[in-house]
Amino acid sequence: MPPAKKKLDLVRLKPLVFLICLLPAAQIGWSLYRVVTGATGLTDLGANPINKVEILTGLWTLRFLAITLVITPVRELSGLGQLAKYRRMFGLFTFFYACVHVSMWVGVDWFFDWSAMGDEIVKHKYILVGMATFLTLIPLALTSTNAAVRRLGGKRWARLHRLVYLAAIGGTVHYLWAVKKDTFFPLVYLATFTVLLGYRAFHVLRNRRSRARAARRTGADDPRRATAH
Amino acid sequence: MLIKRATDILSSEITPESGYVGRRQFLKRAGIGGAALVLAACSREGVIQESDGEVSTQEDEPNSYEEITSYNNYYEFGTDKEDPKANSRAFKPQPWTVRVDGLCKKPGEYSYDDLVKPHKIEDRTYRLRCVEAWSMVIPWQGIPLAAMLKRFEPQPSAKYVAFTTVMRPSEMPGQRRGILQWPYVEGLRMDEAMHPLTIMATGLYGKTLPNQNGAPLRLIVPWKYGFKGIKSIVKISFTENIPPTTWNISAPDEYGFYANVNPSVDHPRWTQASERRIGEFRRRRTSMFNGYADQVASMYTGMDLRRYY
Repeated sequence: MPPAKKKLDLVRLKPLVFLICLLPAAQIGWSLYRVVTGATGLTDLGANPINKVEILTGLWTLRFLAITLVITPVRELSGLGQLAKYRRMFGLFTFFYACVHVSMWVGVDWFFDWSAMGDEIVKHKYILVGMATFLTLIPLALTSTNAAVRRLGGKRWARLHRLVYLAAIGGTVHYLWAVKKDTFFPLVYLATFTVLLGYRAFHVLRNRRSRARAARRTGADDPRRATAH
Repeated sequence: MLIKRATDILSSEITPESGYVGRRQFLKRAGIGGAALVLAACSREGVIQESDGEVSTQEDEPNSYEEITSYNNYYEFGTDKEDPKANSRAFKPQPWTVRVDGLCKKPGEYSYDDLVKPHKIEDRTYRLRCVEAWSMVIPWQGIPLAAMLKRFEPQPSAKYVAFTTVMRPSEMPGQRRGILQWPYVEGLRMDEAMHPLTIMATGLYGKTLPNQNGAPLRLIVPWKYGFKGIKSIVKISFTENIPPTTWNISAPDEYGFYANVNPSVDHPRWTQASERRIGEFRRRRTSMFNGYADQVASMYTGMDLRRYY
């Protein structure tokens, strides 16, 4: 008999991972603190810290969204079932960085000038898409608790949370349209999300086909019935 | 003509000290706490003077040397604002030669000294308004472009002046990527080029022009968006027809030939009604022709500035 391997306990690392997820915010917060308290010379946020923080928090939102979406494929391919315990946390960090991003825009960049912001949303399609994408994240964050899953029922909850795919597309389009000319990094995110969403599309199609085959084997007269769920 | 301050700002128009919160002071106060921040911002007239139109009544304090030399749009050195400073160290702005051609009586190859030495270098502190809705105040040194161009004796048929940036992919990493069509080209109508506000800059803050700011020779047209200020110029051509300009080639619906600062004509990506002065917390209103309307508006009388953006 082979000796029982000591299993890596990923769940125990969760508090540490939580703190690591906060590091970008801490770094940005510290630099902003230095800006407003009159640091001599420029901080790492450069000469236009407001714009820089908007860019950084937007990027961190997209990065955490990608990390959230990478959990399921990695779990399925590696068999590390414990990773599932991280999905909600990364999803909520996505929402956290999105909130900071939008707050910077509303409260600092435009200083609560609602009519000017309304004009911005109407006039500039990248802002419209960005705002719509942020709105899709809100119901996901609100229904992230265990209680919400129970209340909604697993199937309805899962269906609602497919909004995250829309958020991935919207977030990438927002970034792509926001840049002036150099689309290299937006295209990197586009490729990343294409792979992550493509993996899921591939699975859906494959499952559908195998269920249809199974239905034929068992002599079901209507394969469509077998795939309906 | 020694212009220390932008000439359009009369001392009577400058906001009295008691009426504004100094910009760095404001940033500091903003940091004291949420309450202080809201209070300071609520006294709207304390930060933004209501102006009845053209002329900015706001304070124009020059930006720091560090701000001016570390926040640049110079795509030949990279597309991030910090890239030009980081990537332009290997660039050699000397020796430098400019080729002058087209409709003029004295075409030829002119060395940097040929171009600059006969003139008196003047101080010109101008607002610079980027099409991306941020702005700075920069103490340039340079030569009125008119004085330089007159030496080449342009012919009456010359209606435009075209400028070309140096093409050096080995020293300019951005030119190895096809983000824009290289080399960068720009142009002005003859009257714009000859306008007394237009200068060929050779320095800033009393120092030789840093590489990231367009060394050794760059154009400054303070009533136009910053991208008209072509950098590291190696060619000046006098033409009869309107010359092609790089950003217009890249996105004609976004960037026109004239590119006059105009708060009422929005860019698809940026609202031009307001701007953020680098170093300030609140946005400012953008002035027509970047606050230089008194001097330049007459050149555009009768022109539809919505069409000729």
